[in-house]
Amino acid sequence: MKTKLIINGQDRALDADPRVTLLDALRNHLGLPGAKKGCDHGQCGACTVIVNGRRVNSCLTLACMHDGDAVTTIEGIGMADDLDPLQQAFVRHDGYQCGYCTPGQICSARAMLDEAEAGWPSFVSEEMDGAIDLSQLSDEEISERMSGNICRCSAYSNIVDAIREIAHEKQGASA
Amino acid sequence: MTETRTMDRPDRRNILDEAAQGVIGTPMDRPEGKLKVSGTATYAHEYNLPGTAFGVLVRATVPSGRLAHVNETSVADIEGILGVYSDERFLRNPAQGGANEAPVQGTDIDYFGQAVALVVAETFEAARDGATRIQLRLDADDDGVFDPASSPPEAQPDEAVDQGDLSAAMADAAHSIDVTYTTPGHNSAAMEPHCSVAEWQDGNLILRGSYQMLKYNRNEIADAIGIDPAKVRILSPYVGGGFGSKLGIAPEAVAAAIAAKALNRPVCVALTRQQVFENVMRRSESKQRVRLAADKDGKLSGLGHEAWVSNLPEESFAEPVLQATHFLYGGDSRKLDLYLHRVNRICAGSVRAPGEAIGMQILENAMDELAHEAGIDPVELRIRNIPDMHPEKDIPYTSRKMEEALRTGAEAFGWDKRPAKPATRREGEWLVGMGMATAARINMLQASEARVTLKADGTAIVETDMTDIGTGTYSILTQIAAEMLGLPSERVTTILGDTDLPPAAGSGGSWGAASSGSSVFVACEEIRERIAERLDCKPDELTLKDGQAICGNRSTPLADLLDSDICVEGRIESGKLSQKVQSATYGAHFAEVAVNAVTGETRVRRMLGVFGCGRILNEKTARSQCIGGMTWGMGIALHEDLMFDLRDGHLTNRDLAEYHVPVNLDVPQQDVIFIDERDGESSPIQAKGIGELGICGAAAAITNAIFNATGVRVRDYPATLDKIIAEMA
Amino acid sequence: MRPFEYQRCDTVTDARQAGAGGSRFIAGGTNLLDLMKLQIETPQDLADINRIGLDTIDETDEGGLRIGALVRNSDCAADARILRDYPVLARAILAGASGQLRNRATTGGNLCQRTRCSYFYDTAMPCNKREPGTGCGARGGQNRNMAVLGTSEHCIATYPGDMAVAMYALDATVEIQAADGGTRLLPVRQFHRLPGDTPERDNELDEGELITAVLLPKPVGGKHGYRKARDRASYAFALVSLASVVEVSDGKIARADLAFGSLGTRPWHDPRLEQLLVGEEPSKALFEKAADTLLAEAKGFGGNDFKIPLARRMLIATLADATGLNAAGEPA
Repeated sequence: MKTKLIINGQDRALDADPRVTLLDALRNHLGLPGAKKGCDHGQCGACTVIVNGRRVNSCLTLACMHDGDAVTTIEGIGMADDLDPLQQAFVRHDGYQCGYCTPGQICSARAMLDEAEAGWPSFVSEEMDGAIDLSQLSDEEISERMSGNICRCSAYSNIVDAIREIAHEKQGASA
Repeated sequence: MTETRTMDRPDRRNILDEAAQGVIGTPMDRPEGKLKVSGTATYAHEYNLPGTAFGVLVRATVPSGRLAHVNETSVADIEGILGVYSDERFLRNPAQGGANEAPVQGTDIDYFGQAVALVVAETFEAARDGATRIQLRLDADDDGVFDPASSPPEAQPDEAVDQGDLSAAMADAAHSIDVTYTTPGHNSAAMEPHCSVAEWQDGNLILRGSYQMLKYNRNEIADAIGIDPAKVRILSPYVGGGFGSKLGIAPEAVAAAIAAKALNRPVCVALTRQQVFENVMRRSESKQRVRLAADKDGKLSGLGHEAWVSNLPEESFAEPVLQATHFLYGGDSRKLDLYLHRVNRICAGSVRAPGEAIGMQILENAMDELAHEAGIDPVELRIRNIPDMHPEKDIPYTSRKMEEALRTGAEAFGWDKRPAKPATRREGEWLVGMGMATAARINMLQASEARVTLKADGTAIVETDMTDIGTGTYSILTQIAAEMLGLPSERVTTILGDTDLPPAAGSGGSWGAASSGSSVFVACEEIRERIAERLDCKPDELTLKDGQAICGNRSTPLADLLDSDICVEGRIESGKLSQKVQSATYGAHFAEVAVNAVTGETRVRRMLGVFGCGRILNEKTARSQCIGGMTWGMGIALHEDLMFDLRDGHLTNRDLAEYHVPVNLDVPQQDVIFIDERDGESSPIQAKGIGELGICGAAAAITNAIFNATGVRVRDYPATLDKIIAEMA
Repeated sequence: MRPFEYQRCDTVTDARQAGAGGSRFIAGGTNLLDLMKLQIETPQDLADINRIGLDTIDETDEGGLRIGALVRNSDCAADARILRDYPVLARAILAGASGQLRNRATTGGNLCQRTRCSYFYDTAMPCNKREPGTGCGARGGQNRNMAVLGTSEHCIATYPGDMAVAMYALDATVEIQAADGGTRLLPVRQFHRLPGDTPERDNELDEGELITAVLLPKPVGGKHGYRKARDRASYAFALVSLASVVEVSDGKIARADLAFGSLGTRPWHDPRLEQLLVGEEPSKALFEKAADTLLAEAKGFGGNDFKIPLARRMLIATLADATGLNAAGEPA
């Protein structure tokens, strides 16, 4: 099955069994092991990547379903010598321990901030009127929106610290 | 050369405090952090060796019996299948931590879900398909035992204590408690499923795996497949969480090695998440009875703690539930007993803080029950029962910050605002309460080696087969070497996770930091002496800072001083001191919970942990260890529960949707306070363990808070909503 | 996962033809691929319908909304009209799964979500839903998550989702296109089947039929709520959930549209509750009677017995809250 993907801005051609998930395509076929396999069933979020601007569990979608789609993986957010501010915040706040869920957390957080900025409510939102001030995004909002990413080392409160810092800065920058 | 230090006497020189670099203890960012946040730290599955074949394990679908036949033709028409392997060398279950030899092997089946065969194919997709379609003939026995209580308990004499007369103490007590609790099984559920990539080169096995204690793992796999350990090399530079689940070699490693040999190409076998639940160590469920006898002031005259746990036939591991009970509180009359039931369930073994995680949980619930019964503040009750000497061995304690932790925590948390009477604070639909518990965990120093090379260019390399499973080993070994050698931390490189390097204690039992850290310290001390020699000054007059060697008024750049590398291997060993003193870490947990008056759902609102763990080597990674443990406490208090079907012993919740580990929204902001401490009787760097203390007692603080909020005492963990609404108006 | 033939559909017509040819549709894939990896679902042909359109929310002539079958859960829950006029639906969707899953999961696919029963999920276990005639493993086994209403001797599994529960409360309609191109409308309250003696059939879709939309009726007033009790705070299936649209007018209950999740074998709507409540003055006694009615035929299997008192508590509290009674059940 021939599939064309735009991964981290580059055209990539894949010719693989249609059973290959987007996650396995990235890890086993395209040399991008940043997205992790934690459960393979959409129950942990370690495989989170951003497809056409939206965070998804790459383990629960077939690569062949994404012909022509733009995929951003952790490698596209920033490499070790050129980290994105969100990645730097994770380092600074120790928003990880073993590091295995981390790429998924960061991809998820990146897209989550866009969702919030677009006014998407969450289950813990008091008001559902489509207006969210990122500079006021509460810890509870961040936690609920990040609950699809499990961290068994349980760096959660540090992860919230890292994301809050970026969320609050982001609004400041765009204001 | 190897410098060896045996811990026969205390080391109170506190050299790390006197060193001038000022990096030890600081909240330095992890040196490997940039790799982790960019997805470029390489975990076992990610080597993509040319020609790698993929294997998927096949489970037994009977709980007891044997594998009689594997019908290889049943998968022969699947494109890409390379082979099906089953072998007398397959492991029944992972090796226990530190086993140093293979666990039970063979094709006999002792539990539902046991891995009995491996299907290998050109692609993961073909192997996975084959593993679900392969036909096995399993001869089932009908003698399986699925309910632990239905097998006779085996007493564990090493754990038994019978001192004084507990019955008399109970009869005479002004206040007494006799309660029985149950705790369910738990799974470590590390985020990285166990994975091994086996490759043979010239008769040598190279295993890229996800393991915690490499020097043992090497011997275990060598024993399992019948080769000389010298022919095995294991690489585990990054491990995606362990928590005990990766202490011993596991079934996938042996299967991968056997298949790779047969196929003469690398074979990668990763457990599926369901297999992680079914094939990796569970924490045993337990039944625990605690008896406390106290005088009118709450001072204990008697203490009883009996526990019943389970394991597979032939496994010697019995969850050491009483481990902290032996030394934590006084009480002259003592009766402690541990019993093991044999059961056809997944193997029981170490899961983060084996023993204390559930033993302290129940002891601290019982203490809360006593405090309530006696009308004494729970913090005060604990302080009154801190013994002067070990109540069973009559030996002294090493540095013990228990009282400081309790008092500091109570003050910082606002404990005085806790209503003494349960179920008296309501905010809308939520009932709010506070609870606390003591934290305690034994501390051990283990033999560990590291090589430190101070290079002629004034940089340094630390090398050991020690692992970093998220605990912060890369950080703390870098900091110890940087401090001792007077180098900015960027000039120290730490290389871990390779059995070609000096053998370390491994990551387990909370001993990794103090043990491997001490080996680095010992090596660095020797390097300092050699530098002092070159400067012709006494080692204690030498100051090393920012790459300069300073003696008196002379300051010389290290790079100028060295014409060649100085390479020293350091070794630390536990010594006579360990028998003469009780070493442990202590702390206090405080929690505020809100329980929904309609549904009985519990949410933890605040949590504080105060800990005394000796010297803190890196404040940032140490804190992370603690909040991680505290979160585990939330999980085991509120929802973690391995649910077995008592008809065949199979695990019914074997994935992350049904086995509920805490998610982000479960966890409030957590506070951690470290009590300043140097414990020179525990290690030459005055540090103790930290990785497990955070979980010990944490669950009890939460359920004690549930009682304070609602008046409901859940004695059958976890405290899920059904058990709370059953007792709530 | 068995090998399959993959076909990408570009139009609804493509999809209809694929359905007529026996293909399984894949949209978000979040449930189907999950089950295919475990060899629980083994389609030979897979028709990818992600690019056939049906991904907009449009106003209907009747003043309601038509939610295309391929509208992602995220988009539905963030739609201004849904948030304004049907907040019960937005809340229910947001209560389910995770942000990542909601970004893939579709309106039509979510209606077809299969059970989370662990015996269904383990191919080594007996399960009449997965393999008719093998028996029900859950009855005598671990059944904490199972249903207490609508069970049969063959199956006690729940429908596990959230979105559909709100649609039951809203009395939505499912628009279905048959393989021959004909379209039929089915009230969502009739979409899921009771297990009876054919638990393998979750819903009324015939082979090759494709959900094309869900129609919401004209907005109604009242207080919308979605309450979900679960074992952890987020990212967990419901133990019991309750979607409610309740309106009080002149001191009397004017509307009481209620539906329960994870309580029955399908999203649970009991028309007797509405009959009992509407036109009455709110009171604790009335709500208790409603709970008695709802749960009169409820039957637990041991591990799930608690769902009966839990549902009772949730129903009474929700009605009290929506009608302005205080915790003691008196007018606030």
